[in-house]
Amino acid sequence: MLLRSGTAFGGLLLGGCDRLSRSPTFEGILASADSLTYRVQRLLVGNALAREFTPAELSPVFRSNGTDDPDTDEYNALRENGFVDWRLMIGGLVARPLALSLAQLRALPQRTQITRHDCVEGWSAIGKWSGVPLGTVLDLAQPSPAARFIVLYCADELEEGDGGYYESIDLIDAYHPQTLLAYALNDKPLAVGNGAPLRLRVERQLGYKHAKYLMRVEAVADLKVIGRGKGGYWEDRGYAWYAGI
Amino acid sequence: MAATAIKRHTLPTRLLHWVNALCVFLVLMSGLNIFNADPRLYWGQFGAITDKALLTIGSPGIPGWATLPTWRDLATARHWHFFLAWVLIFSSALYLLISLFGGHVRRDLLPARSEIAPSHIAHDLWNHLRLRFPTGEAARRYNVLQKLSYLGVIFLLAPLILATGLTMSPGFDAACPWLLTLFGGRQSARTLHFGAAMLVALFIVVHLTMVVLAGPLNEIRSMITGRYVLPAAKSE
Repeated sequence: MLLRSGTAFGGLLLGGCDRLSRSPTFEGILASADSLTYRVQRLLVGNALAREFTPAELSPVFRSNGTDDPDTDEYNALRENGFVDWRLMIGGLVARPLALSLAQLRALPQRTQITRHDCVEGWSAIGKWSGVPLGTVLDLAQPSPAARFIVLYCADELEEGDGGYYESIDLIDAYHPQTLLAYALNDKPLAVGNGAPLRLRVERQLGYKHAKYLMRVEAVADLKVIGRGKGGYWEDRGYAWYAGI
Repeated sequence: MAATAIKRHTLPTRLLHWVNALCVFLVLMSGLNIFNADPRLYWGQFGAITDKALLTIGSPGIPGWATLPTWRDLATARHWHFFLAWVLIFSSALYLLISLFGGHVRRDLLPARSEIAPSHIAHDLWNHLRLRFPTGEAARRYNVLQKLSYLGVIFLLAPLILATGLTMSPGFDAACPWLLTLFGGRQSARTLHFGAAMLVALFIVVHLTMVVLAGPLNEIRSMITGRYVLPAAKSE
């Protein structure tokens, strides 16, 4: 009798939780914990740096995840030419919109760091990244005081016809010294699988924030008008915008 | 002989017991759904499919009836998990505050010196294995096995789960890099987090079994209303 009522109670609980999981209102309640996490972490973490590792601690293989080749006509044309025609467009709420070539980005002050990449799925890989701090590029473009977020647009579409991959971060992460526009992994130019020619490194957040195949950087005041309004490709599909946990 | 009824659990203990019971169940199940996104455990600073795993649970991973939600959904499972983690942080802090300052820990949970003598523990263990539980006056207090397992969950497993959980957060790691040194890396912390959660699951199984064996109605009532009837000694 006890076992049966226990099982029945368990079934009821599971069924109830499944129903709650499908309810947008309840999802909103659950997601309210995200903003608590965001605020508490911003308070506790401040501008602290992510741990940097030694060359002996590098992962033997830095795996590719998500898109491993954008394979669009536009991207393929750029790739065939060794990305010499590729330009990173920097715009939105900035005083000086820019179009920077790979050579121009490489000419800017460089930073190299060995850091851990954490996927939302659970795995981690350690890689050596070189690039230009995003803050350096933003200083050149001079975002207006109205800008609150930096949005990164990518060349890849994870699902065809579903809009391109994009991501966004706040200005604290955008100006963090370890936040890079990275063009090299383990001392080699970025491979296509890892986001050639340029990807974001935002070391205190999970992997889906590290947008690959960067095409355009925009300073914006509001994320609601972009994509489906949640600030990123995976965010639009239910994942948290703040991925520091 | 009339049965002696006592008031066993205080209101805060009872209330927080049920809040925690619900949250721990759901946090375990949402954790298993998260685990299914990469059902492998590694040791060290890094670990991915290209690296050697300590343990691999093959596809399809943990069955749906044990996960929250029952279908594969990492985003929703993470929302549940972190929401419940916050609830548990607040409810555990409240429990600790009340129990440490209210005397519950000292009075009811800390074993007396005589109780932790190996001979006493062995004796209690032997009685438990024969399903002979304390009766009469001896049932007024927790026995030493109960005390040690409750203390173990509250002061060892729960802090370990919290600390290893935070070590998996790339944001928190920046604030407390010593956590990575303490646990030997994020992937070690993930493995320890999983292991400690499995020990909590084991505790729940044993706990529920003991409730059933010791007289479920009396035990459950004591955790709802506080009223507990001391089990009478069985005549042999």
